[in-house]
Amino acid sequence: MLLLKQVEVKNVSKTKISVNKKSEMAAKINKILFDNMVTILFIVLCIIEIILSGQSAYFILNELVARIARNSFLVLSLIIPVIAGMGLNFGIVIGAMAAQAAIIAVAHWQIKGILGFLLCILLSTPLAILLGYITGKLLNKTKGQEMIASMIFGFFANGIYQLIFLLLIGTIIPMKDPVIVLSSGVGIKNTIDLSGSIKYSLDNLIKLPLSITLAIICFGFMVYYLWKYIKKREKKNLFVSLLFIIAGGCFAVIYNYEFMLNKINVPIATMLLILALCFFNNFICSTKLGQNFKAVGQNMHIAGVSGINVDKVRVNAIIISTVLAAWGQLIFLQNIGTLNTYGSHEQVGMFAIASLLIGGATVTNADNKQAIIGTILFHTMFIVSPMAGKNLFGNAQIGEYFRVFVVYGVIGVSLGLHAWKNQYEKNKLMKQ
Amino acid sequence: MSESILEMKDIEKEYFGNKVLKGININVKPGEIHAIVGENGAGKSTLMNILFGMPVIHSTGGFKGEIYFNGKKTEIKCPKDAMNLGIGMVHQEFMLLPSFTITENIKLNREKTKNNFLSKIMGEKVKTLDMKAMGADSRKSLDKVGMTIDEWAMVEGLPVGYMQFIEIAREIDKSNIKLLVFDEPTAVLTESEAEHLIDCMKKLAEEGIGIIFITHRLDEVMMAADSITVLRDGEMVANKKRGETNVVELAELMVGRKIERLVNKNESAENEEQKETIMEIKNLKVLMPGEEVKDVSLNIKRGEILGIGGLAGQGKIGIANGIMGLYESKGEVLFKGKAFKLNNTSEALKSGLAFVSEDRRGVGLLLDKSMELNIVISSMQIKNEYLKKIGFFTQMDSKNIRKHALKMINELDIRCRGPQQKVRQLSGGNQQKICIARALTLKPEILFVSEPTRGIDIGAKKLILDLLVKLNKEQGMTIVMTSSELSELRAISDRIVIISKGKIEGILKPDDSDADFGLMMAGHYHKIQKEEL
Amino acid sequence: MKKFNKLLNRLGIARIIIILFFIALCILAVVIKLPISMLLSETIMRTGMYGILVLAMVPGIISGTGLNFGIPIGIICGLVGGLYSIEFNLNGFTGFFTAVAISIPLAAAIGYGYGLLINKVKGSEMMVGTYMGFSAVSLMCIGWLLIPFNSPAIKWPIGKGVRVTISLSERYAKVLNNFMNFKIGEVEIPTGLILFLFINCLFMWIFLRSKSGVTMKAAGDNPKFAEASGINVDKCRLRGIILSTVLGAVGIIVYAQSYGFYQLYQSPMMMGFPAVASILIGGASTNDAKISHVLVGTFLFQGLLVMALPITNEIVKEGDLSEIVRIIVSNGIILYALTKAGGGEECE
Repeated sequence: MLLLKQVEVKNVSKTKISVNKKSEMAAKINKILFDNMVTILFIVLCIIEIILSGQSAYFILNELVARIARNSFLVLSLIIPVIAGMGLNFGIVIGAMAAQAAIIAVAHWQIKGILGFLLCILLSTPLAILLGYITGKLLNKTKGQEMIASMIFGFFANGIYQLIFLLLIGTIIPMKDPVIVLSSGVGIKNTIDLSGSIKYSLDNLIKLPLSITLAIICFGFMVYYLWKYIKKREKKNLFVSLLFIIAGGCFAVIYNYEFMLNKINVPIATMLLILALCFFNNFICSTKLGQNFKAVGQNMHIAGVSGINVDKVRVNAIIISTVLAAWGQLIFLQNIGTLNTYGSHEQVGMFAIASLLIGGATVTNADNKQAIIGTILFHTMFIVSPMAGKNLFGNAQIGEYFRVFVVYGVIGVSLGLHAWKNQYEKNKLMKQ
Repeated sequence: MSESILEMKDIEKEYFGNKVLKGININVKPGEIHAIVGENGAGKSTLMNILFGMPVIHSTGGFKGEIYFNGKKTEIKCPKDAMNLGIGMVHQEFMLLPSFTITENIKLNREKTKNNFLSKIMGEKVKTLDMKAMGADSRKSLDKVGMTIDEWAMVEGLPVGYMQFIEIAREIDKSNIKLLVFDEPTAVLTESEAEHLIDCMKKLAEEGIGIIFITHRLDEVMMAADSITVLRDGEMVANKKRGETNVVELAELMVGRKIERLVNKNESAENEEQKETIMEIKNLKVLMPGEEVKDVSLNIKRGEILGIGGLAGQGKIGIANGIMGLYESKGEVLFKGKAFKLNNTSEALKSGLAFVSEDRRGVGLLLDKSMELNIVISSMQIKNEYLKKIGFFTQMDSKNIRKHALKMINELDIRCRGPQQKVRQLSGGNQQKICIARALTLKPEILFVSEPTRGIDIGAKKLILDLLVKLNKEQGMTIVMTSSELSELRAISDRIVIISKGKIEGILKPDDSDADFGLMMAGHYHKIQKEEL
Repeated sequence: MKKFNKLLNRLGIARIIIILFFIALCILAVVIKLPISMLLSETIMRTGMYGILVLAMVPGIISGTGLNFGIPIGIICGLVGGLYSIEFNLNGFTGFFTAVAISIPLAAAIGYGYGLLINKVKGSEMMVGTYMGFSAVSLMCIGWLLIPFNSPAIKWPIGKGVRVTISLSERYAKVLNNFMNFKIGEVEIPTGLILFLFINCLFMWIFLRSKSGVTMKAAGDNPKFAEASGINVDKCRLRGIILSTVLGAVGIIVYAQSYGFYQLYQSPMMMGFPAVASILIGGASTNDAKISHVLVGTFLFQGLLVMALPITNEIVKEGDLSEIVRIIVSNGIILYALTKAGGGEECE
């Protein structure tokens, strides 16, 4: 009798365990879905739009590669202020303006190629540091409203920028250059062609077909997961690394055939810079400076009481972000090839921020992965929206308006969710 | 003869003419656990702020007296100075970052670093964190305080008791720690956690660290302290060694002072019993953060002045706030025999209650608006008074508002330039009178007043108390006064309820013994009674 | 001397700079012999034109929801009302007031929804409002393409959707401006316009003295105090937003009749900023505003812009300096106000 009972008990507990495992799995999946709601929504949206637009994979991929190359750096530059608790830095516009000032100078001196590009970096960096310092000081005076303050400061700085380049050039700042300066002698022209200076200067350094690039990326991941396996001996890492070898092999093989993937060229130097920034972001986080950022980002009061100079840390975060934004804008413009003097920088902040948020970042949390994924998704949507709109509504305009709406909407919803969560947490604390 | 680690000599401190510390002497030897006991407002926090060089001391005129650390005269101008000397403090509110691990919290701003390729060019700040070394140090400190928890656990979600020990671990991780101050450390701990903490304190003392232990839990004092200083009203009333005293004596010393009775109620005990009950409170629970009420049952008698006292954080402030619906409450309340709705401020005000909050500037006033608006606005909202009806619309009745404001200014003797003056510009005492004026404009049956004389100079204090007595005598208004100042409660109340740990510890008459008051405030009364049994 | 210092402190350095700049421009205008009467006429007209949009900021500030950057939402409601007045082929005052009559309930309903949202994001109203405004304008761009209007004045003759600008010259352009207008010397006074602005200001003043208005002021000044007096703070904020949205709707119709065009698509996007800047210049802060701030601020700001163009054209022939002045002045004053608001929060 006893034996039977024992067996019964064992069976019951076994089913209990399997039921528990199932509900555990379900809970896990639920959590993943919830935490990454925005990103998943976007993936679905992009897939629908790609199908609707009917555009060829070649076209989309080609555009996408170019856009990822020229925009990722800017998006990555947003990460450090988020970690330091300053929210989304709408002030990267100011870094972009510093870059453009440098470009105007280099275009005027007609310095070509990578030399021109390096000179731009050399000129824009100290300017960006100064502007970042001013921005940081301003944001310290508007604690609690950093995002709107940086946004308005961006507009204000735009006014000063226009004042300088529309009115002071030719009058107080002497510049005789019929190519760049307006015919009246005062003010910079609306568009400046960069083919004489830095166009493609970075991109053309090294170019490889997409298939090879993907192969290299796969091998890179394979090495990474192999290394992880060696460190921790988890079977899954070995498995994933195997997957990457196979994928990489496939891509390498494709190279030998007439596949579209071979026709798309990837600017490797630019991609390497983007990779470098990812490493830089991680590196900073592992240093004392990064630890200060994280501490200040969590609680300014506690950080201050522990002796951290909160104001200085915040200013440093903004300076780094502004300098990176300047470099990012340089990368962007050398690919576009034309400087829209009074407009190139205007949308920079918004598009970069929307990209970051789409990747799953929030006002208080952002990392490299989210920046890259967000950039890919954002620009995919950007590419296919007009055609999708045309095919769905018969009007391409609708598609274009739709993508603008998505940009604003994503930012608005993110901000709203963040603020609502804050209020909810505050109320919860009160009740405790 | 071992040299003292800390000697504070003749410390005096004034806040805007108000003397908060009147010549305090503290002497702590290495390895000694020195307890400082006293009521709220006795000067304990001010004394610690001085020891820590907190900015609030220096921005209000500094202090008089001398501090000697390790025999040498020192000046402590900022918290960093204190830290450099080797003084550490375990605060009441935890200074821990929830999304950091325990190690990162212990090492906050004192992280161990090692060089990398950039730091040689760009300096100190970009050195890589040496997580391994940090972890090892933290492990050592955690072991010292008897915690087995993983040093890499995140602080978020840890039980409150653990956090206290992490704070201690952080302080003793500082290599030069010589003196450690514990500010009400057991306030949020369970009994077993509190015992653990005291053991930890004793261990640290054995290693030669001097400890200052601020508390009002007298039994813990008797368990842990080597010597005890009792502060009262900014004065040091006693300095005893543990063997020379007991809980009752300490309680008496904490509380005893000359009571100036403002009211002479010659009514006999029978009259007391015959007074009808205007409000019955049964099993009241209030979720007010920091002043939680756990279970209070009370009968308020019509026409009495009921005092509610107790130490800060024990729940006395929560009672009035809960009844007025400002914080979530549970329980049963009968007002004039009828059921009273909790959690509804509008209803409370409409049924005839009025409230003068303890947070005068935060909750009690519209600082940038005129006095007259402040006075009438509650009545305007609740009873639609001071409004003119013009068809569909209402308009402020400026004439009546002005008239009433002038009347109040007169009756309460409010010093101002006129009813239109912005409240922000008035003195503390006059601002308090505006709050009372607003409450009176509602013509309430019960007036709840919390901390009526907090932050007010002595002259104005008496005026406010006289005013309350006048209202009670002339208009028969029932007054429920909550205050941390036992003296003023004993000066005007008919009965005094003492709240401890969210419950009623007891009800006393104003002229009951100091020892009784002290024991009740310390939450000890029942323990002593049980022991006596 | 002390009083003068106090006045300077209260004004704040940004306003002082703007006032000095204004005085400098006035002096320059006289020096260059610009026609003062024309400048004055233009300024008065613009004050009437923008006035109600600036007035729309007052209920938001007073109820504690801060500067209403989301006013484009109300503006869109006004535009819809305006378009329908054209769809119904109405002219003159009938057209104008029909536009107003349609847009008010629409703005009230949408304002209610927007207000519910704002109540959920206390502390970030300005940021969320800005982007909600932008999103609404973008969404409405799609809307303009899809809403079925039939009037040839509204639709593109070929293709789909509404025109970008819709002329009012045949209907009720300047109908308020021209109502009972007169001249003082050379200066034109657009009586109807100014009267309409004053009437709205009067309504606002009466409202602020009513029970709802007084309780709204209390809720905005100190929400904890208001709750302790039995005032429902969320309801007050909601009322403030609804009022603000409605005034935004009415404001754009007044603006359009003076300008002569309804401007659709992206135009409403940035219209919140000059309104915010105007009231701040007039002396308001992020949590306090009076009606005098509206009138003074709008007059100063518009005066600045009116004078900036001809004066700077004399000095520098190229370029639209007026636009740059507008950007710098309006954003500068908003930044200044934000530093004051932020500073206040940190003080405990």
